[in-house]
Amino acid sequence: MDFNFSEEQQMLLDSIEKFVANEYDFETRRQLAHSELGFSLANWQKFSEFGWLGVPFAEQHGGFAGSMIDVMIMAEAFGKVLVTEPFVPSIVLGGRLIEALGNSAQRAEFMPPLIGGKLQLALAYSEVGSGGNPACVATRAVRDGNGDDYVISGEKLIVLNGHAADYLLITARSSGDERDSEGIEIFAVDVKSEGITSRAYPTVDGLRAADLKFDEVRVPAGQRLGDPKGNLNALETVIDEAIVALGAEAVGAMEVLVKTTVEYAQTREQFGTPIGKFQALQHRMVDMFIAHEESKSLLYMAALRSLEGGDVAKRAASALKVQLGKAGRLVGQEAVQIHGGMGMTDELNVGHYFKRLTAIDALFGSHDYHLERYARLS
Amino acid sequence: MDLSTPIEYDHFREEVRSFLQENLTDDLREEGRLATNVFPNPERSIGWQKICHQHGWAAPNWPQEYGGTGWDLIQRTIYSEESLKANAPGVMPMGLLLCGPCLMGYGTDAQKSYYLPRILSGEDFWCQGYSEPGAGSDLASLKTSATRDADDYIVNGAKIWTSFAQHANRIFCLVRTSSDGPPQRGITFLLIDMDTPGVRVEPIVGLDLVNEQNMVFFDDVRVPQANRIGRENDGWSVAKYLLEFERGGTAFAPHLYHHLELIKRAAAEELTASGERLADDRIFRRKFAALEIELQALEFTEHRMRAALGRGEPPGPYASLIKIRGTEITQSITELHIETVGQHCLPLQPAALVPGNACEAIGPEYAVTAMPRYLNGRAASIYAGSNEIQRGIIAKSVLGL
Repeated sequence: MDFNFSEEQQMLLDSIEKFVANEYDFETRRQLAHSELGFSLANWQKFSEFGWLGVPFAEQHGGFAGSMIDVMIMAEAFGKVLVTEPFVPSIVLGGRLIEALGNSAQRAEFMPPLIGGKLQLALAYSEVGSGGNPACVATRAVRDGNGDDYVISGEKLIVLNGHAADYLLITARSSGDERDSEGIEIFAVDVKSEGITSRAYPTVDGLRAADLKFDEVRVPAGQRLGDPKGNLNALETVIDEAIVALGAEAVGAMEVLVKTTVEYAQTREQFGTPIGKFQALQHRMVDMFIAHEESKSLLYMAALRSLEGGDVAKRAASALKVQLGKAGRLVGQEAVQIHGGMGMTDELNVGHYFKRLTAIDALFGSHDYHLERYARLS
Repeated sequence: MDLSTPIEYDHFREEVRSFLQENLTDDLREEGRLATNVFPNPERSIGWQKICHQHGWAAPNWPQEYGGTGWDLIQRTIYSEESLKANAPGVMPMGLLLCGPCLMGYGTDAQKSYYLPRILSGEDFWCQGYSEPGAGSDLASLKTSATRDADDYIVNGAKIWTSFAQHANRIFCLVRTSSDGPPQRGITFLLIDMDTPGVRVEPIVGLDLVNEQNMVFFDDVRVPQANRIGRENDGWSVAKYLLEFERGGTAFAPHLYHHLELIKRAAAEELTASGERLADDRIFRRKFAALEIELQALEFTEHRMRAALGRGEPPGPYASLIKIRGTEITQSITELHIETVGQHCLPLQPAALVPGNACEAIGPEYAVTAMPRYLNGRAASIYAGSNEIQRGIIAKSVLGL
């Protein structure tokens, strides 16, 4: 058993750490989060030039043949500074789904501009009542009787990067009942297509999402990905990969909160002594430290298991997500508490990390959803 | 990063399996299955150690020069995993895991060549004289005194929580030889024969009605200075060396997975009030899953610690973290076990825990160990540095608070 990074992985990490150290201080991040787009296209272009956007893709698709271990390494470094650029929505969810399900023409159409930083993607799968379950699809795709087109009608919620995406990957049902595992179509649809209305909004963690309505959106059959028998499996796989990436971000964010809180407790004096000398606070900070370390252990487990695939990978992703919900809440809440009134301010970075960790629990199925999923897969 | 065990270890695993297959008697396997306490049954543990010793495998954690196996960390892990799977009796830790390493680190050649072989063969049974009635978590405040008299020390005082002192022929002790300076500086590490005049053992019966613990009284006990390990007043260093040696050796997860399996078996048989199998009950399944996930986090933290040790790094923050979480999860699992078996946990039946017993257990076999393990398990967060002390260690040495 080996937990070392390879030389290439260490170089990848060094390059990201150098970039964020030079160009991603907290004030810069705050400005980006408040900007029109919510992130920087210039940064995105740099990500592409550094080769980061091609990391998880096979060489024949223009990528660098990295694995989920590499994605994890990148996302942890991003999480430490709360990067707002849409690496997970566009690359991990969008790109990996096209790589998994696209035919050669579709890959040729989407992969080069995606890796080149010219194309933004978003995965539109969650709906009212889907609660993290990607099989729960009420949106319908009806084949037009006289042609090769499909007509999509329905609504999607909290589509990450939905405000910036050029193309949407939309799940829609061509057969079966709302929760059936088969009958799920996936279409790559130009966001400007007729019949799509989008309501974009900021999310509580400083990122962006959109609610989308599809009113008889006509999509040529050539935009259809995969096969409705196997699509759910591919969807679950990319969502589980996104959970690993999100887990890495969360582990990075927790590390910062533990460190920041300890430093604060060492300098903040009350009753004539640093508050870090109080045992009641020391033990709580130790529990934050433990929660971070255990999250990291399950992150490594989930990343390594994802390479094996199948139920082993699914179970490990759910185990990680359960831990993220629990540990994220503990670390975030305690960081705010120990910072006292300052922890409640927008000025201090603590609240921003706290909100990101809170958002991560709500994304891709909560702690409770994944506990249930884990138990079901046992 | 990689989860695999290097292929060259497959052969070793086979060798371990066939050794266990050939040498573990049914009685010995019963002992492994029925064990409910931190310490295994002395007779069967030492019996098994003697069999291992004939094979040269009595001390997986010792270097070869002292008669150990010289195995690396991966081999030791494999050995312990396979031993658990085969329900082998646990190791009696006081000699092999505690006193032995102190002798290796600080003993003279004469001390090493006298005591180490006797530990290996099981001829000597050691107990550990650290805690005192007035010195628990604050161990350095210990008062048992040793004053020089010609070539001897005269020892007076009392030790407490001395596990299996009633079976031991020797005790390794921390005693006070000086009251000058900080309390840690006046402590000396002494080996004492239990049959020396003035040594008296009094049993302490636990809340589980087991006599595992004792008090040991010393009344003008004459101990040769040749029985001192390390320099006078330097016993704290010897004790600390032991902690370093000990840390990283413990892995909770393999053992705890074993216990979870037993609970799963129980849940497959037990019914809920509404008549469905407990194993199908949603609330039970969620509790079980949550606990299994905690255990996986522990398991991978243990893997990470072993990997760090393998790279030659000190166990550092992990040792205390694993002690805290390992014991917390142990206790949660024992709780789930008694919840799972419900009222079957109530009969008090110590006889059913004796391997090879002829008595018919009251209630199902998966319930027999539930309550004894729950009761004994409450000690886990107290012994070997209480979990509050461990949190203090992390706060100071890792977080710098």
